[in-house]
Amino acid sequence: MTTTEPTLDELVGTATNTALLPEPDAHAYDAIATGDADPLILGGHKFTSRFILGSGRYDLNLIKATIENAGTQIVTMALRRCRTTENNLLDYIPKGITMLPNTSGARNAEEAVRIARLAREVCQTDFVKVEIEHETKYLLPDNAETIRATEMLAKEGFVVMPYMFPDPIAARQLEDAGAACVMPLGSLIGSNKGLRMRDFIEVIIANAHVPVIIDAGIGRPSQAAEAMEMGADAVMAYTAIASAGNIPLMARAFKHAIEAGREAYLSGLGTVTEGHAVPSSPTNAADYLSPSK
Amino acid sequence: MIVNGQEEQIATPISVTDLIKAKGFVPERVAVEVNGEIVPRAKRAETTLKGTDTVEIVTFVQGG
Repeated sequence: MTTTEPTLDELVGTATNTALLPEPDAHAYDAIATGDADPLILGGHKFTSRFILGSGRYDLNLIKATIENAGTQIVTMALRRCRTTENNLLDYIPKGITMLPNTSGARNAEEAVRIARLAREVCQTDFVKVEIEHETKYLLPDNAETIRATEMLAKEGFVVMPYMFPDPIAARQLEDAGAACVMPLGSLIGSNKGLRMRDFIEVIIANAHVPVIIDAGIGRPSQAAEAMEMGADAVMAYTAIASAGNIPLMARAFKHAIEAGREAYLSGLGTVTEGHAVPSSPTNAADYLSPSK
Repeated sequence: MIVNGQEEQIATPISVTDLIKAKGFVPERVAVEVNGEIVPRAKRAETTLKGTDTVEIVTFVQGG
């Protein structure tokens, strides 16, 4: 039986796929400011790292190596009663690191303000991460009290960095209250589940006039990169690193992911297509396979 | 005097500076509240405590 072999053109049906990679636009090769030339600005202070590190729960002797591997410039801490004369956390934080006290333990705005004032007295800096929670099962932030605390603290000259539930309306209200940034949660604190609140964080990013820092739930470097690719200005992580097999190495993995995600965002991600492929090779038939022509 | 929630027998009057020293804390690493009001570093030496005072001495610990 004789059949005519279909040509490659007929096989792959080039006629049905007319999509081509777009021509690079005029700016495709422009230099874009990255790294040190692309600082994160919080309350007028410039940072070249976009990775904020929590200091919790791992061996104090690992903190220095972890901070150095992370390349972080901001480290969070909590304020509690003095219990011991030994092993003060501050002895383990390298010089030049900006200390970011949190208000964990505060259940309302007044308690957050009290903690912030005490923290400023300890470290003599104005940075404070406002964090107001009522229970320990979900550790969800109380946006209404956080907005109140932000307003009170901003009036006292604090650089207020509020941890928040990703409600875009609350994000706007925090900005209006004087927040230096907003810190929406990606998913529950310590859950390592990543950007479960993605759709709402995207709305916050699209409308924010202050940096948006994803705080809580980022469980692996790919999730940190994802947050940065979608336009987050920085990522805060702690549990993902503290629960890793090798803590300093995971800190470095996060550093790379955050930098990669930032550069991807700055360069502009490619278009997502639906229902068809986009050829990256020439779409004319492979002529040497059709010798009759 | 109540210090960090504990009733303590401390000879008074005593300055905030001397209380910090007596407790063995590093002065640059703590903040002090007396009866709910912060005593700024510059006022620690001149602030004298009574037996009826409630004192909180706090510092940074690991946390997110």
